[in-house]
Amino acid sequence: MSAPDPVLKVHNLSVRFARSQVRAVNGVSFDLGAERLGVVGESGSGKSTVGRAIMRLLPPSARVEADILDFEGAPLLSCSAGQMRNLRGNRMALIMQDPRYSLNPVLPVGRQVAEAALLHLKVSKSEARERAAHMLERVRIADVGRTMELYPHQISGGMGQRVMIAMMLLAKPRLVIADEPTSALDVSVRGDVLKLLDELVAENNSGLLLISHDIRMVAAFCQRILVMYKGDVVETLTRLEDAQHPYTRGLIAALPDPRHPVHRLQTLDRLAIEAAEVRV
Amino acid sequence: MIEVEELAVAFGEGDARRQVVKSVSFSVARGETLGIVGESGCGKSTVLRSLAGLDRHWQGRISLAGRPVDKRRTRDQLMLAQMVFQDPYGSIHPRHRIERVLAEPVQAMKKGDGWDRVASALEQVGLPAAFAGRFPHELSGGQRQRVAIARALMLEPEILLLDEPTSALDVSVQAEVLNLLSDLRDERQLTYVLVSHDLAVIAHMCDRVLVMQDGRFVDELTKDDLKAGRTHAQYSKDLFEASFLA
Repeated sequence: MSAPDPVLKVHNLSVRFARSQVRAVNGVSFDLGAERLGVVGESGSGKSTVGRAIMRLLPPSARVEADILDFEGAPLLSCSAGQMRNLRGNRMALIMQDPRYSLNPVLPVGRQVAEAALLHLKVSKSEARERAAHMLERVRIADVGRTMELYPHQISGGMGQRVMIAMMLLAKPRLVIADEPTSALDVSVRGDVLKLLDELVAENNSGLLLISHDIRMVAAFCQRILVMYKGDVVETLTRLEDAQHPYTRGLIAALPDPRHPVHRLQTLDRLAIEAAEVRV
Repeated sequence: MIEVEELAVAFGEGDARRQVVKSVSFSVARGETLGIVGESGCGKSTVLRSLAGLDRHWQGRISLAGRPVDKRRTRDQLMLAQMVFQDPYGSIHPRHRIERVLAEPVQAMKKGDGWDRVASALEQVGLPAAFAGRFPHELSGGQRQRVAIARALMLEPEILLLDEPTSALDVSVQAEVLNLLSDLRDERQLTYVLVSHDLAVIAHMCDRVLVMQDGRFVDELTKDDLKAGRTHAQYSKDLFEASFLA
């Protein structure tokens, strides 16, 4: 599936924190073209750390090592802080879980989106505002003029996340990392937000890395799935039905399914997973 | 076990007054598990809080175990129904040891000092008795939710009111907690009212599901309906599709 010119090339990425010998991320490799790639796993599996390591957003105590970590053919690990700042929000974007925390609570949302245009597109203030309004229309915000004057606490979660998407995709980034973009939202708006994200990413011919704990949602939305367990990628799947690793199968079996009711849900057999890990 | 007639709850005064629950009626039989599903702000948690006696400005009639209850509950009425909250990080006092967390409801209801019941309460939710001396931050999220369930069971209620009991947990831990809840229900013939936005969890646990939208019930689904993916209202159909089940 790897395109001739992958957006992102990751080879043997490892992350350690402080003096700990434990690798939060342990030798993860993948190529990302203009496609939707999902990363799933439990809390603490290292899936968010992968996203942040690529964006170089981890705290200074984290040691990030990789044989290759190339974005659009240029190595990321040797970038200076200034070069990274130019890339972030411009060529690569991160969408986080909860718009209530990722938007600035004391600025109207319109100004925040316009700020992204001002920073990355080098346009005048009035032009930035126009671009922001246009982008907010694209993410299907009704009554843009009024909404732009509202503060984050005055809009709903689904609207907040769409504002976030507008802000992040305004500069048409090549790489979008979405870290649990829908888990703070109601199920009925989740679908809309994902569809919107897909539409905009496909239009820019960009790569999307969708990080989530919800294996069913990721399977329905992504073309490929990486399953992470304790810092390792244990499996790469295109369809859930092909899952071989006991961890992936355990995760799927632990999900309640109304179509196939069971009296007791299966829980993860950690011993079997450890055994499978040793064999690999 | 639970009879609710024309329950209505409003918050605010004058222009800001908002009718959150608009005259709902339902009943739950002994040993039954009723699910209420809906989006944020539809009023599902408010129904639960009125049942538990946490909100006191509801209108209508509520009966528990065959007897009508007042807005101010007596101790016996309070002990009939206990609640488990969504976030175990927020619902357990961070500076109290687990034994104190568990003994507190017993002391509050003047049923003795409660210390002697701590060990058995922990064991019945699958935690070692040695956890009694720990603080909440020394426990994982799933273990903390087990403590919250143990606390709700300290007063031996007949009804458990569960407000999103697993939505702060990983799917693997969620499966363990849901299994614990169904085992306890079978052992003690408990009656559950389970509120969640996750249709899959509701469908797994409940005998009957009420779909709530904007303060009203718009649909009622049986276990067979859920299995067949059958719905009787557009809104519940939308919910189904959004949950990737359709």
